[in-house]
Amino acid sequence: MKDIYILGIETSCDETAASVVRNGREIVSNVVASQIESHKRFGGVVPEVASRHHVEQITLVIEQALREAGITPGGLNAVAVTQGPGLVGALLVGVNAAKAFAFAHGLPVIGVHHIAGHVYANRLAGGMEFPLVALIISGGHTELVYMERDGSFELIGETRDDAAGEAYDKVARILGLPYPGGPHIDRLAHEAEESVKFPRAWLEDGSYDFSFSGLKSAVINYVHNANQKGETVDPAKVAAGFQESVVEVVTGKTVRAAKAFGVQQVIAAGGVAANRGLRDSLAEALGKEEIEFHVPPLNLCTDNAAMIAAAGSSMFEAGVRGDLRMNGKPGLELLGWTAENEQKNR
Amino acid sequence: MIWLGLDTSNLPLSAALVRDGELLVELNSAVGLNHSEGAMPAVDELFGRAGLAPSDIDAIAVAEGPGSYTGVRIGVTIAKTLAWTLDKPLTGVSSLRVLAANVLSPDVTICPLIDARRGNVFAGLYKRTRQGTIEVVEEDRHQAFSDLLDRLGEGEGPVVFLGPGASVHWETAGEALGHRAVRAHAGQDIPRASLLIDEAQNLPPVGDLHSFTPEYRRIPEAVSNWRKSQEGNVPDGR
Ligand SMILES: [Zn+2]
Repeated sequence: MKDIYILGIETSCDETAASVVRNGREIVSNVVASQIESHKRFGGVVPEVASRHHVEQITLVIEQALREAGITPGGLNAVAVTQGPGLVGALLVGVNAAKAFAFAHGLPVIGVHHIAGHVYANRLAGGMEFPLVALIISGGHTELVYMERDGSFELIGETRDDAAGEAYDKVARILGLPYPGGPHIDRLAHEAEESVKFPRAWLEDGSYDFSFSGLKSAVINYVHNANQKGETVDPAKVAAGFQESVVEVVTGKTVRAAKAFGVQQVIAAGGVAANRGLRDSLAEALGKEEIEFHVPPLNLCTDNAAMIAAAGSSMFEAGVRGDLRMNGKPGLELLGWTAENEQKNR
Repeated sequence: MIWLGLDTSNLPLSAALVRDGELLVELNSAVGLNHSEGAMPAVDELFGRAGLAPSDIDAIAVAEGPGSYTGVRIGVTIAKTLAWTLDKPLTGVSSLRVLAANVLSPDVTICPLIDARRGNVFAGLYKRTRQGTIEVVEEDRHQAFSDLLDRLGEGEGPVVFLGPGASVHWETAGEALGHRAVRAHAGQDIPRASLLIDEAQNLPPVGDLHSFTPEYRRIPEAVSNWRKSQEGNVPDGR
């Protein structure tokens, strides 16, 4: 069988990225230009600034991805690009660059859901065994998805307020930690000898949904009350307590979903999947149940274009094709690309 | 020599193919547009109608702003991606200059306007010479329209107002300049990609394609706020 080469492009937030992937499984090149240094001064991503940086980087990054892959446009089968969700102005740069590039070389263009990309990052790092449950956990998402097979997605739980990563960033800000806060909280939590007890948001019986706003408020109240009484707050104790609450609920719901759906494998995806406390807890709890746990290495957990090319490859093989009218969609819904899904989508 | 020209910097869309100074196809539209959806299909249609392949072109011209940030970014992203991947030279032309080129008569002051809300405009001043070329009289900038009118008030001769912001500010202009203020007809408020190509032919192409970015003519609010907070301690940043 002839090899399939897909160029992936990702610009949904603050990384401009391009990658070439072979047969949906092997990374041939993977280039990421991060804007994080530019956004640090604002304490978060400023959409207009992000969009401007994407225009500065986009052709450079694609060129580098092709050069490192040692491939010419003629050697590619398709261009896969993040269509959404994400910052609209940022998405538009990647989508229009992808369409222009595809048009110039007569290639098909495929619009990929960012979260499908995070899920398929696992295919670049050892594989996905269906049926599986995917835990998608990042600054924009906290979702549990059941995948019966390649290209099928069933949302079984999601956050009702903040995404987990958002809660990490907000708590980090309260504790005076630099942006982005996740890695700092994770590190502090590991250094802490004791922790503040915060509530767990289990929601109603049997629910796979999440909620982090109550926990965030509890942290704010704790710090506020301590300040009022003139007590010093130990950031490590607070970080540890906050992380314990997040990890316990996320692990509990993920394990329960894996058992209920009778899967052999759980995969994790998204920036917060790089969190050491969460990884260790999931590995241990799923190990006890003899369910395989799979999480990609750090550089494939954070935003990258290899994951977009990987998901795009599966879509390409399923016959999915976009056209030049394709637009960036900040609120794009996660739908599968199996034949049945295609029927449902019509 | 075949040129592709594209202007998506404001609400209207214009795209054209010109061969050796002669127009092959031009598509103009000013209604129901979403440039992210419509610009590439328009480019595709141009090539289809002209019976050309993307690699047949020799140069690309694009309106580089000012204008709607998103609109300008779409045009610039498409143009720079095509120019880079097809290995063709790219020339960026001021979106205001493209509008000024709609005025053919020489010697009058041309004032293309793009509204920037709260009494502000993106504007420059231009003139067409007797040799037929467009000349910059005053550089494009983001400014209070009243300041621009004050400066124009000190000069003499007719001033032609046109562009997507002209209808918004026309009344104020008439009050300030009286009979010197001339309103271009509505057709001249819309950019023409064929005239964009005309202008591009007299300008130098972009040196480093990768670093080509829009001329926004205004920094994002978050950046200006941040700069103010730094109180004079201003490192180079966008
Ligand atoms: Zn992501």
